Amino acid sequence: MQNQQEKPTKKLQKCSVLGPVAAIFASANTGSWRLERPEVDFDQCIKCGTCARYCPPDIITIDKTKKECVSFDWNYCKGCGICANECPKKCIKMVPEGSEA
Amino acid sequence: MAKKMLDGNGAAAEALRLTRPKVVAVYPITPQSTISETMAEFVDFGKLDAEYIRVESEHSAMSACVAAGLAGVRTTTATASQGLALMNEVLSMASGLRIPMVMPVVNRGLAAPWTLQCEHGDAMNARDTGWMQFYCQNVQEIFDMILMGVKIAEDSRVLLPMMVCFDGFFLSHSMQKLEIPTQEEVDEFIGEYVAKNMYLDTEDPMFCCDLTGPEDFTEMRYQQKVGMDNATVVAAEVMDEFAAKFGRKMTQVESYLTEDADAVLVALGSMNGTIKYVVNKMRAEGKKVGMVKLTQFRPFPAALVREALKDVPVVGVFDRSSCMGNYNGPLWNETAGALTRTNVDLRHFIGGLGGRDVPAVNVERMFNELLEIKAGTRTENTEWIDLKEGAMEIRQVTKYVRD
Repeated sequence: MQNQQEKPTKKLQKCSVLGPVAAIFASANTGSWRLERPEVDFDQCIKCGTCARYCPPDIITIDKTKKECVSFDWNYCKGCGICANECPKKCIKMVPEGSEA
Repeated sequence: MAKKMLDGNGAAAEALRLTRPKVVAVYPITPQSTISETMAEFVDFGKLDAEYIRVESEHSAMSACVAAGLAGVRTTTATASQGLALMNEVLSMASGLRIPMVMPVVNRGLAAPWTLQCEHGDAMNARDTGWMQFYCQNVQEIFDMILMGVKIAEDSRVLLPMMVCFDGFFLSHSMQKLEIPTQEEVDEFIGEYVAKNMYLDTEDPMFCCDLTGPEDFTEMRYQQKVGMDNATVVAAEVMDEFAAKFGRKMTQVESYLTEDADAVLVALGSMNGTIKYVVNKMRAEGKKVGMVKLTQFRPFPAALVREALKDVPVVGVFDRSSCMGNYNGPLWNETAGALTRTNVDLRHFIGGLGGRDVPAVNVERMFNELLEIKAGTRTENTEWIDLKEGAMEIRQVTKYVRD
């Protein structure tokens, strides 16, 4: 949902449109709003995918073939913490953005 | 061309049916209810191929119509009074998004005091929402104006919504004989609806109604202003085209016996019929009076009004709405603006509120006062022309005194 694209149509032509229509199909980098980021303890993670299902902007990808199976799209993760809240193993914690730990 | 007997609401519904809307969302409200009922019957009986959305309020009705318009179909609703007030927020959405829809507004006063009957206060309350407003004098005009309205609104120079306003009960529930063209004639006149400006189409995606900052807002308002300016030009063309095709001519501003007149009355709506009758009667008595009937109120046809009135010595403007706290009524204000830097002695009357009749005797009284002003035998006119005596003591109840 984040990466809106201009779809190719048959006769594309620049037209003046009256009223409020978006001229640029781009979404803001909402990841820059993030104050805390989720961090997964992969030793505890059972690869259930609950975090991905609850993520409001749907930016969590699960790849069960890897040990580090949860990845985040940092361009759009606002750091809301819902994934950490919903994790059944409580193995996601929110850490201050910019910190090492 | 068939002849039928219909009341104003029946004529409005019949005209809307002939414009073939694809989405109809009407919430019933007196005195408009029979429009919503008739439209529902048309859809139910297969006389109109449309989706009839049963909405829970006028706010939802207008929202449904805005969405339908963006989805790319001709759409319509109808309302009155409180319903129009409830729609208010979405009215400016329709005009700002340039949805060219036509909506009958059956004029009824706004509460409180609760009333079911005619005055223009409901439509005047919505006069700055970016909608065009045309007022009708009789049932045939309602029918004709809706057909012309669709053509004016959908013109690519305009692309604005229009209210076709007519007086509650006086017109909505009065039966008159009217001429109704065939479906083919109407199709040929208004053509098929094409969403050309802004639309929702998965094959050709657009992001409509985005948040607009100060860098573009002024320009979008200006675009609407240009649409309004163009509407005056387009309305004249469409009225001519309609007259050529159907033989009935409406005008934006109708002047009747104004050229040599000492006094002229300006008004909107059904009472113009009475005014014309009184003009004829007084002319027969040798009194030089005339009338100017405004069909188009938004965009206000200032140049046409100025042309019609600039050489008349005394002009009375009759407002059928009270416009509380304003210096005189809305029609007076607009007319005064149009007559800036002329020598017209412009007077104001208020009357016919909340369903109070405007009989010929009151119209004659207004004309006589204007003539006396012209002759120099009177200085002030009676602004509230049909006010009862003892207005401040009309209701008395027994209650505790609370000082």
